This record gives sequence, structure tokens and C-alpha cells, in this order.
Amino acid sequence: MKIGISSTNSNATAVVDPRFGRCEAFAIIDTETNAIRFLDNAAKTASGGAGIAAAQQLLDEGVEAVCTGNLGPNAYRVLSEAGIKAYRVSEMPLMDAAKLLKDGKLDEISQAGQAHAGMNRGSNR
Amino acid sequence: MNVCILSGKGGTGKTTVSVNLAALLKTDYIDCDVEEPNGFLFLKPEKVEKEDVPVDFPVFDKGKCILCGNCANACEFHALANTKKSILLFPELCHGCHACGLVCAPKAISYRQRVVGVIERGEAKGIRCARGVLNVGEHMAVPVIRRLLDTLTPAKHRILDCSPGTSCNVTTTLKHADAAVVITEPTVFGLHDMGLAVELLQKRKIPFGVVINKSGETDRLIEEFCEANSIPLFGRIPFSRNAAQAYSRGELIGELPEMKDAFDRIALNMKEAFAWN
Repeated sequence: MKIGISSTNSNATAVVDPRFGRCEAFAIIDTETNAIRFLDNAAKTASGGAGIAAAQQLLDEGVEAVCTGNLGPNAYRVLSEAGIKAYRVSEMPLMDAAKLLKDGKLDEISQAGQAHAGMNRGSNR
Repeated sequence: MNVCILSGKGGTGKTTVSVNLAALLKTDYIDCDVEEPNGFLFLKPEKVEKEDVPVDFPVFDKGKCILCGNCANACEFHALANTKKSILLFPELCHGCHACGLVCAPKAISYRQRVVGVIERGEAKGIRCARGVLNVGEHMAVPVIRRLLDTLTPAKHRILDCSPGTSCNVTTTLKHADAAVVITEPTVFGLHDMGLAVELLQKRKIPFGVVINKSGETDRLIEEFCEANSIPLFGRIPFSRNAAQAYSRGELIGELPEMKDAFDRIALNMKEAFAWN
């Protein structure tokens, strides 16, 4: 399964970024082969609608599931309308999150969190 | 002549100066600070008429839409998403620019309108007053400001009370400016943000002067800046607890005996500098 994880940077040593729309990058992982690559989050500095644009980027990439810390109402609406499930993970190594998802040990995000939760936080967390 | 009142920093006294100058000079008063318009609290216009401000938003013909996503790509404001099942619209982010319609090959997009604010017009003791009011929860002030300024009643002179800062809300208002007055306070913050407003006015080649509000011992901060940049100082409004109390009761502080000279001087210097007659 092809999944997208919000990531603190574009290195394999990165951890899950709890922000979705304003995360640094997305890790795209194939849970069968454990192949990993990174997409820069084009929306991270958007003046508005970052969650929507980030969700669109992942939909265009063809991911089948998303792992992140929090999803705002707009991003949640885009992913749920597209039928893509999102799962809540804490700030852990990316491959650990991917394994938990594959093993069915993650909780689905079943409602949107607070809007703008990921704003005004330093980019080098 | 349209004189814009701006500040850079918020809370320096744009509205205080605007309403008192309008009352003193018997000009039209236009409150362009549509996110928090408060000039009417002081002028108290009567027989206020209201007019809705509409903004376009796209509507999708599902029979024609091929879910290509060109519309979502074209949207600078991320107001559209293509879920491959449908196109989602986030109306509060849509600026009504029609870019989506331009790139829609199967012509599946038409437009409807929604109301984002209101224009109000009234009269107070011979002064015509107008303001825009952005609806609570809306993000975009510019369509309301634009409508307010595009539908002005013909007048010889107007005071245009701007938003704080130097954002689109201010630059939209400045399109209608013949001259400007920057209201500042003698603090480091006041000076810094006044510098941004000054830079904007210089770029737009709009003649302007400065007024120091809450004037006192630290005025040198502002005076030095004005001297170094050859900017005329139109006057100062002294710091006064009495004036603050009158303001908080919604009164025109220019009518207070101790403030009359200050406003007369500002009005005189402004009229001379802008060749206002």
C-alpha cells in the first residue's frame, strides 16, 4: 500500500511532523517494499488553504492512506471525500509509523481537529 | 480631494483623527477599515441605508465536469480541491476571481453570488458618512472596500479612514487617494510601523504628512525621522486622559476646548500642503 506521512524533513532519519498542512515534507512509503521517497510540501508557506493544498498534493500522488498528527477541518474534508483514511501517529520515526499502520495498530482520525493548529510554529522543530 | 488616513501601527488614532477632521472640515467620511469599522460610533449618522456586497463563487455542472482538476490547479487561494470524485469548494477562501472558469475546457463552471459584507450610508449633522462592514467569519475585506469606494456619492472632499498596516486592505483604499496623513504615536513601535506606511506612500507617489497622537516627552523619536526624510509634521494631539474618556463615551475629542487648537492646526497644515480649497 502507498502511504503519505507528514515529515519533519526530507531525510530517512526524519520523524512524523504533527502538523499536516504546514509540515516540511511528505514521505511516500510503499508498505510492501519499504521503499521511501520525499515530496516537498508545496503548501507549507501558503497564505491560506495549506491543508487543502497539502491534501490535494497527496491525492495527486495517489496515496491510499495518510499518517499525521492532526488534520484541520478542510484537509479532513478533502481526504474523506476522496475516500482516503487518515491515521493519528505521534512524533516517531517514519518507518515505525509505516509498520504500525501495516500492522493495523493505528487509530483512524474520525473527526477534524482545530483549524490552524500547525501555524506559528518554528520550521526547525 | 480624497485624503487617506493611515498609520502602519494599529491603535494610533486613525479613526479619532478621521472623524474629527471630517467634522471640522465638513467633508464626507468614509470608513474603509471594514474589518473593524468604528467611525460611526463617533459621528452617529442617521437614516442609515444598507446594501449587500456580493462575491462570485463557482458552481459545477456535474454532467459536464470531467474531473481534470485544472480549476483546482489554477486556484491561487486553494479554494478548490479535486477528490477525483467531485470538485470541492471552500467558499470562504474563494476570491471570486474566475480563474477556474477560464481554465475549464468543458465549460462546466458557472457562477453564483454570496454576500460577504454590507455597505452602509447615512448622514450626521451635514456630514455624509459611508462604511463597509465585513461579515463575521469572512476572510476577504477587499471586495467590500472595493464596492464601498466604487459607489461613492460625488463629493468635493472626503476623508478615507484606512485599515492599519500596509496590506491589500490599505493598498486598495490608496488607489483612491489624492493625499494622505500618517497618524503615529511617539513610541518605537509607532515609528517602526509608520516607516512601512511611509515607504508605501512614497512608492505610490502620494503626497503626505504626519500627525503625532498621544504626543509627549518622546516626540523626538518621530520628529527626527520626519526631519531626516523631509516629511512635513502637520501637528500633534497631546496625550490627555480627559480626551481618552471623551473618546470612550463616543464623543468627538476635537470639540474639547484643550484639543481645538491641535485639530485646527492639523487641518490648516493639511490644507496648505495639499492645496485643498
